[in-house]
This record gives sequence, structure tokens and C-alpha cells, in this order.
Amino acid sequence: MAVDKTIVAKIARLARINVPDERLEPLAAELNGILNWIAELDELKTDHVAPLASVTDHALPMRDDVVTDGNCLDDILSNVPESASGFFVVPKVVE
Amino acid sequence: MSDLLDLNAVEARKALIKKSISAVELTTAYLGAAEATAGLNNYVNLTAEHALSMAAESDKRINEGAPGLLEGLPIGVKDLFCTKGVTSTACSNILRGFVPPYESTVTSNLWNAGGVMLGKLNCDEFAMGSGNETSVYGPAINPWQGSDKVDLVPGGSSGGSASAVAARSALMATGTDTGGSIRQPAAFCGVVGLKPTYGRCSRWGIVAFASSLDQAGPFTRNVADNALMMSAMASYDLKDSTSTKIPLQDLMGALDRGVKGLKIGVPREYVMDGMDNEVVNLWEQGQAWLREAGAELVDVSLPHTKYALPAYYIIAPAEASSNLARYDGVRYGTRVDADTLDGMYEATRAAGFGDEVQRRIMIGTYVLSAGYYDAYYLKAQKVRRLIKDDFDTVYQTVDAILTPATPSAAFPVGRKIDDPVTNFLNDVFTVPANLAGLPGIVVPGGLTSNGLPLGLQVLGRPFDEAGLYRVAAVLEDAAGFTFKAARIAGGGS
Amino acid sequence: MSNLVSGRTGDWEVVIGLEVHAQVTSKAKLFSGASASFGAAPNENVSLVDAAMPGMLPVINRECVYQAIRTGLGLKAKINLKSVFDRKNYFYADLPQGYQISQFKDPVVGEGVLRIVLADGSTRDIGIERLHLEQDAGKSMHDQHPSKSYIDLNRTGIALMEIVSRPDMRSSAEAASYVRKLRSILRYLETCDGNMEEGSLRADVNVSVRRPGEPLGTRTETKNLNSLRFIQLAIDHEVVRQIEVLEDGGEIDQETRLFDISTGATRTMRSKEDAHDYRYFPDPDLLPMVVTQDEVDELASCLPELPDDIRDRLIGNYGLSAYDASVITEERETALYYEAASNNADRKLVANWMTVELFGALNKSGQSLTDCLVSPKMLSALVGLISDGTISGRIAKDVFCEMFETGKDAATVVEEKGLKQVSDSDEIEVLIDEVLAANQDKVLEYRSGKDKLFGFFVGQVMKASRGQANPGMVNETLRIKLDVSS
Ligand SMILES: [Mg+2]
Ligand SMILES: [Zn+2]
Repeated sequence: MAVDKTIVAKIARLARINVPDERLEPLAAELNGILNWIAELDELKTDHVAPLASVTDHALPMRDDVVTDGNCLDDILSNVPESASGFFVVPKVVE
Repeated sequence: MSDLLDLNAVEARKALIKKSISAVELTTAYLGAAEATAGLNNYVNLTAEHALSMAAESDKRINEGAPGLLEGLPIGVKDLFCTKGVTSTACSNILRGFVPPYESTVTSNLWNAGGVMLGKLNCDEFAMGSGNETSVYGPAINPWQGSDKVDLVPGGSSGGSASAVAARSALMATGTDTGGSIRQPAAFCGVVGLKPTYGRCSRWGIVAFASSLDQAGPFTRNVADNALMMSAMASYDLKDSTSTKIPLQDLMGALDRGVKGLKIGVPREYVMDGMDNEVVNLWEQGQAWLREAGAELVDVSLPHTKYALPAYYIIAPAEASSNLARYDGVRYGTRVDADTLDGMYEATRAAGFGDEVQRRIMIGTYVLSAGYYDAYYLKAQKVRRLIKDDFDTVYQTVDAILTPATPSAAFPVGRKIDDPVTNFLNDVFTVPANLAGLPGIVVPGGLTSNGLPLGLQVLGRPFDEAGLYRVAAVLEDAAGFTFKAARIAGGGS
Repeated sequence: MSNLVSGRTGDWEVVIGLEVHAQVTSKAKLFSGASASFGAAPNENVSLVDAAMPGMLPVINRECVYQAIRTGLGLKAKINLKSVFDRKNYFYADLPQGYQISQFKDPVVGEGVLRIVLADGSTRDIGIERLHLEQDAGKSMHDQHPSKSYIDLNRTGIALMEIVSRPDMRSSAEAASYVRKLRSILRYLETCDGNMEEGSLRADVNVSVRRPGEPLGTRTETKNLNSLRFIQLAIDHEVVRQIEVLEDGGEIDQETRLFDISTGATRTMRSKEDAHDYRYFPDPDLLPMVVTQDEVDELASCLPELPDDIRDRLIGNYGLSAYDASVITEERETALYYEAASNNADRKLVANWMTVELFGALNKSGQSLTDCLVSPKMLSALVGLISDGTISGRIAKDVFCEMFETGKDAATVVEEKGLKQVSDSDEIEVLIDEVLAANQDKVLEYRSGKDKLFGFFVGQVMKASRGQANPGMVNETLRIKLDVSS
């Protein structure tokens, strides 16, 4: 199945990447190239194969319920593009 | 100072402890070498002052008779590692100027062992690439040249690391390997690179590319140095839930154990269309070396090998698309202003990410999106299972696997390729180990007729890094690889 | 009982399902060591992990997992020994990672049930579909600056339990009693403080309408309601709106809506064009979460007694009325109060005094049980004075009022005001003789058959004693005097 301009625009929107209109077509072609190559996987029958998300076979380690972190406003804001009175600042959000 | 640069890490350590050289002298030599080879663009941030003060501390500890495992040894750090107070950018515009208030676990381990940080090394943007050509700082250059003297890529994504170790502007360097990003550049630059078992080195503080595949590892000039550095790098880390408790073996002790009695698998599927003859020849040579050293070579099959690469190019971009969502211009890094929040996100991310990163984010977003998840992402996870099962089966009969490292030697910088898939093929021999979480090491095996290094890869059982070093040491011995790159610090040419 | 709503064109059935987000009671956040406490200065309870700095990784807090399991046990739900954390991907200013770590396919808790009591006293079981753990988001403030929003990440990463019901509720009242009951269970378990004003408990309501017997209609989801009143108002508004749309021949859009407190109406939050595609996938920074049956058993064995069980015990063992038992067990505080107050006293009498006098006084004064001056011990003592005849029930009401206002104990009030019940038979006899003497005419009427006058004499005697005469003894003695001398 082919990725067209509309789909590329939709993905770009989901990924929050501004893609100029003239780039949509070439990007669609590139993505199709990759997806067509990936389609090689369709040769494999995998109906009864369990998906593998991680190779690690130990269980999720858990930590104790102790406050060990936080109270580091200077670190948190040390690279911030814009802040005010301890808040991060972004363009106004309208809900 | 060229004699200082001639010392490998094990030798330098001895000389330091004997106090026949000082850490400050050694560091000064490497800082000079980095400046002398600045044209290779393998450093993106040389932290000379910082390095010299760390070296002075090392000298103090040596004088106090309490040297660490890597005391006084100058190390370059891939820019993907967060280093406290030192700009760490993943070679991306979107992290331009980012100074972490924290130090990654791996680099902390190195400094705790007495290592001296020389600076930050070039890499592909967010480690996405196989030529170090996607870096916002421009390509790093391979110190090796063919007869045509054309600039070659050092490989990627840890290209700056491999280039610096090969050019002797770093004694050792850190790298990360998601699909071959340590092993492929090691092969291209004629150095030794290890991708440890997934979970061996903590991922805490390393800019994430694909979390289920990323693994940090060492670059060194030789196998013994590699084992030394790895001994200090690895640790069980409570801050990384995927970190393993399985204790690291005695790696240095493994080096001279030989391969007598070991069974080494030779996977028949690793013969690929369009593979250089010289690559095949070296592979066969490698088999012969091991056989002569007493190993039993076994023909094995890893039937799903050819599906590893397409599966990888679903899983890695999928994870990356999510991992890179945090680069949004709100808390750090580049921001491009706009009137609305979404406008700011879209402008920031369009300006902050390069083409290759954008392409992979788009692919990753697509394969996870509604209606495509099962066909792509879930399918890839199932294929991942098959690939891991292949290895599990083979490891019931063999102790390690020998393969070529790359399908070819280093290629020219700026080689124009329209089809991104062609670039992906660089990783064809390295990607399966990432999918299966296995350790892999690359050692230089010989030169092409054009004078460029080629590597051999050894893959091992999970958590058997010692086994890899055993085999790698034998290959290194047999290969007697003493060639030096053309553009080497301290006058190799 | 029928819950149908009549429209212009006939009856409609309302179908409601709830997703409740309950903040887990814990010291630290779900995946970071920052404090989960409320009310800190902006971005104070934020770690590098919460701020999604490059290279930061999540490590799970065991206590949050246990809290979710305790809650699951309290909901009589299936505990999944293996569960998985997924990433829910979307961009928002208060979501630093660009994804929320949640549980999508394999939640830690599966199907359970919650019993609600309906208006007519009957009970109904509402199905619980699942409970999963997830991270809370931060807070955006839009009123600090004309063109900017301010972001505080203190809440970011605090553990939430999302508790999803089946679409089993049929009216806003049922929905409200579901939330009330759920909140009560959480508070009994101490797994969530249930504080709706502080946002510890928020509900998303899914509402649809259909003709009776027809398949489910299209539903809307109204998000983030943080009071019982808003939940009811939002549902009622949504029901009326949907019926109107359908009766006008329109269709319901499956959409997310917001409840506007100022208008009491719901409105569209996001248009369909901008529909979310969350791209869930297993979080590769985390591994499948495994708990053992031993761990679950251990948690189960330490679980406190829950309201339904206490209610059954109060009815079965102490003979309380179903109503009293329900009222007393609705809140953990009242149940604990009751247990303490009734431990050494007449259980039924204490229940009566709590549900009538105590709750009445609390209601009137707007106080909560926690700041009430009458402690369980004090109420117990008061009831004791009634039981042993020291004071009458009527006097006890006055004593209680004084106790409630001043915090003095019952004995002190009785002593100070001289309210001790007169149980001296001589004294009572004197009082009765005086009353009979003063009302000779009425005595004659009574003796000639006007039985109803008995109450009059009792009243007069009590009045003469300023209410302090022991009513039982007054009755008895009166009867003897009036009847014998006839
Ligand atoms: Mg919801
Ligand atoms: Zn939720």
C-alpha cells in the first residue's frame, strides 16, 4: 500500500514536524521506498510467533517508596529556553 | 611526543603506575594530537582544560598509590553521552548548547576508574546513520585513505570515536551501538570495537535512540585495551531497569586462554549478494586462523538473517519516534518561536532535526499508527523473536559465531545515494546481534587491495563477553594487524 | 425501578460508563524519586526524569504497584501477575516525555465488581472492566500571561490508577453513587485520599442513549470532572443534548467533550479532524512487570475490612437496620467512629445517636467528623448514661447539644446543669401526688374511661420535674396510682 501526500502530511502532523508542501511528494517517495523494502517481511508466516519486545529476561526491578529526588529547580531550568517564576513558559494553549 | 602516542592503554597504564610518564604528559600529548588532526573533525568539543585538571588528579592518585583501573588514560566520549557541565548534543541542532547537569553512568564509571576525558566526539545525529554524515557538525573523516586519497567516512554512528582512536587523538573512546554503530566504524577505521550484551552497560544518561537495542561499548586500538576499558565501563545500574545483575566475567584473564576446543559457528546466510570478494576472503582467512589455533569450525544456519534488517528498520524508528518526542523546545535545546504551542513544536522540530532523523521519526510514527501497527510493528517484533530463536538454537552447539563485520570497506564522504535503503545495507551483518541482544566484537583483520581496513566480527552468547575476547585475541594475534592510518597523529605516515 | 427518560418521541435508556483517575497514595512518584506531595512551589517536586531530560530512565515504585493491587483486591478483581507498561504518545505542554507511560493491553488488574445502593435501598453490582497504573501529567496555567501558558511539572509522573467501569449505570444518580462508593473503598484501603477538590479523584464519563432494547448508541466522553455534582450535571446535560439531537434526526459524534462549570453544559473539546492516534507500544525502557501470587496473598491478608463486609456485620451481628448500617459504613471515618463509640455501649443505640443526632448536628454546622468536638469515647459515655438511667433520652439530646458546642463530656454537662434523672421513687411519688391533686377533674375523667388522658399526666409530671424524672418510673407509678384508687 502506498503512502501518499495526504498520509505524509498526517504523519508529519502526528510527529509535530513542519513539512513544507513541496517536500510532501518527495518524502512520500522516500517513505514508500523504505516501506516497500520492509514489505519483504510479509514472506514470513508469523501467525503463531509471540512478539518479542525485549531480550531481557529478568522481571521489572522495583524501587522502594522513598523520596530521593526533586528539589533541583536550578538543574531543571538550567537549559530552559523560556521560564518565569519557576515555570516553563510556552505559547498560550487554548483548549 | 610521538612515543607517548605509541603506547597502547595497557602499556600506558604500566608506564603511569611506574611513574615513567605522568598523566598530564600523556593527556597533553593526546590534546596535541587532537589539535594536529582537527581536520578529521572527529572532536566536536575538545575539553582541554577539563582534561588537564582530571589528569592532574590522576597523577595525585598515582602518587598516593591508589590508581584506578583506567588511571590517567585519555578517553574520548561520543557526544551521545551526557557529561556534567560539558555540552552534550547528540550532534543535533535540536540539542545545540545543551549542558547536562548530570553525568551518564558509563562515563561516571570511567572517571571513577581514573579515566581522563579529552572531549566529546562526533557522531551521526542521534546515532542515526552509518557514515557519521548526518552530524550537525559535519562529517567526521576516516584517517585511512585509499590510493586515490579521497576522504572516506569513518562509519557510523560512532564515527568520531573510531576515527579518533585510529588517528591516535584518543587512546580509547566510548561508542554506542544500536544496529552496528560501534562495530561498523571499528571495521572501517581498523580498530577494536565491542557491543556488549544488552543490559551490560547502563543506558542511564545516554541520549536514547532505540531503547531496546541501544548499548554502549568501548573503542580501543587492540583487544586487551578493549577488555580493560570494558571492565571499567560495565556495571549493574539501579537507574536502568534493563540493566543486568549478572556479574561481569574476568575479561583480562580471558585474553590468553586461546580457542582450543571452542566450537565456532560460520553462518551460511552471511554470504550476501554484492559482497566484496575481499570481504569473503578475509572471512575465510579468519576461519582458517581459528582452526589453526585449535577451534572447531562449524557450519551453522541462521535462517532468518535476511529479515533482520527490515525488522530493525521498523523497530528502531518506532522506538526513536517516541524517544525523540521530548525534544520539543520547552525545557531545553533549540526553540523556534511561534504563536501557538503546536506551531512552536512543528517549527522547532523541523528546524532542529536533520533529514535522516526526520525520515526515521516519520517511518516510526507511521508503523505505530492506527491501522498499521499489526502489519509493521507487531510483525517486526515477531520476526525479532524468530531471529533470537535462530541464535538460541545455534548457541546450543557452538560457543561463538564468526562473520564479516561489513559488506565492504569504508566509502567516500558525500557518496550520493538516492535510495536510503542502500545506506541501511551497511548494517546487514551487525543488526542481528542488536535484535537478539547479543555481544559482538569487531577486530581488524586485514587490508583491501586499496589499503583500507576490513574487520571480522565475533558474536557470542549472552553475557559471555569473556568468550568474545578469547576469540578476538586469537584473531588479533593471527592477523598481526600493525598497519597505520594515513592521517595519524604523531606521524604514522 | 425504571430509569427511562421520556423524550418527545418516546422513551430513552441512558447508558453510562466511568473512567476514574485516582491518585495513588505514595511518598514518591511512579517512576521517579521526586515527592508526590501536594502544594509544593512550582517545579519543586520535579526530578530530571520527570522533566524528561535526555537519557533519563524510569524505575518503578513498588508501593504504587502494591497500592494498585490492594485496590484491585478491594474491588474483588482479578490480579494479573504479569502486566505491561506501554507508551501513549501525544504532544502536550504538560507532558514532557511526549508520551504517558500507561498500561494498555495488559493492565495490572482485570475484571472486578463494585456494589452500589440505590435510592430504594436495593443494591446493584457495577462491573469493573480493569484498573491500570499510569503517570499523571503536569499542570498548564493559562491565566498568568496574555499570550503564554505556564507549566508546572509537580504532578508529572505521580502514580494514577485508572479504574474503568462497564457501561452498567443507567442514571446520573447511579453514576454518583458509583463514584461515592468507589471513593469510599479507596479511602478504606488508604490507596487514594479521594480528595476531589485537589484533583486526587477525577472522572471521565462516557454517556450514550438508546431506545429500550436496542443496541448501544454512540457515546461521548466528557473529561476530567472533579466533583460529584459536576458528574451528575454533565451526565444530565449530555442526556438531554443527545436525545434532542437524535429526536431532531441528527447523529451523535463520538467525541471528547468538556464540562463548562460556568454554563453547566458540555461542549466539544477536540474536533474529529484532529483525532488522536496514540500509537501505543510497549515501553522499551521497562520490562514486563511480574508480581508473585505470594505477594498478592500477603497484600490480601493485610487488607482492612471493607464497607460491604462491615455493613453485613453491623446488620447481622449487632442488629442494626440496613439504613443505619449503610449510612455508618459509607465513609471509613464514620465506620471507625462507630466501632470506637459502640465498643462498650449499646450498639443499636449508638448507631441511632450517630445517624440522627451526630450527623444532624454535623450537617447543620457544616463540620466534618474529623473536626467534631464529640469524640467516639464521649458519645459512648453519653449513651452509657442513657442506658443506665442516669439521664433520659430527652435530656440526653440537650446534653449532646452542649457537648457538641463546648467539647465538654456528658458527665460534666449533666453535673453542671443538674440534669441527672430523678429515679428516686419517693421524689417521683411526691411529684405525681402534686399533679393528681391539682387536676382532680381530669383524674375523674380518666377513671370514667378516658384512657387517652394518661399521656397528659405523664407530660405534667415530666414538666414538673423539668424533664428529669425517669419516664419509666413515672409511667409505672402513675398507672398504679390512677388505677388502684379507682
Ligand atoms: Mg479517559
Ligand atoms: Zn488515564
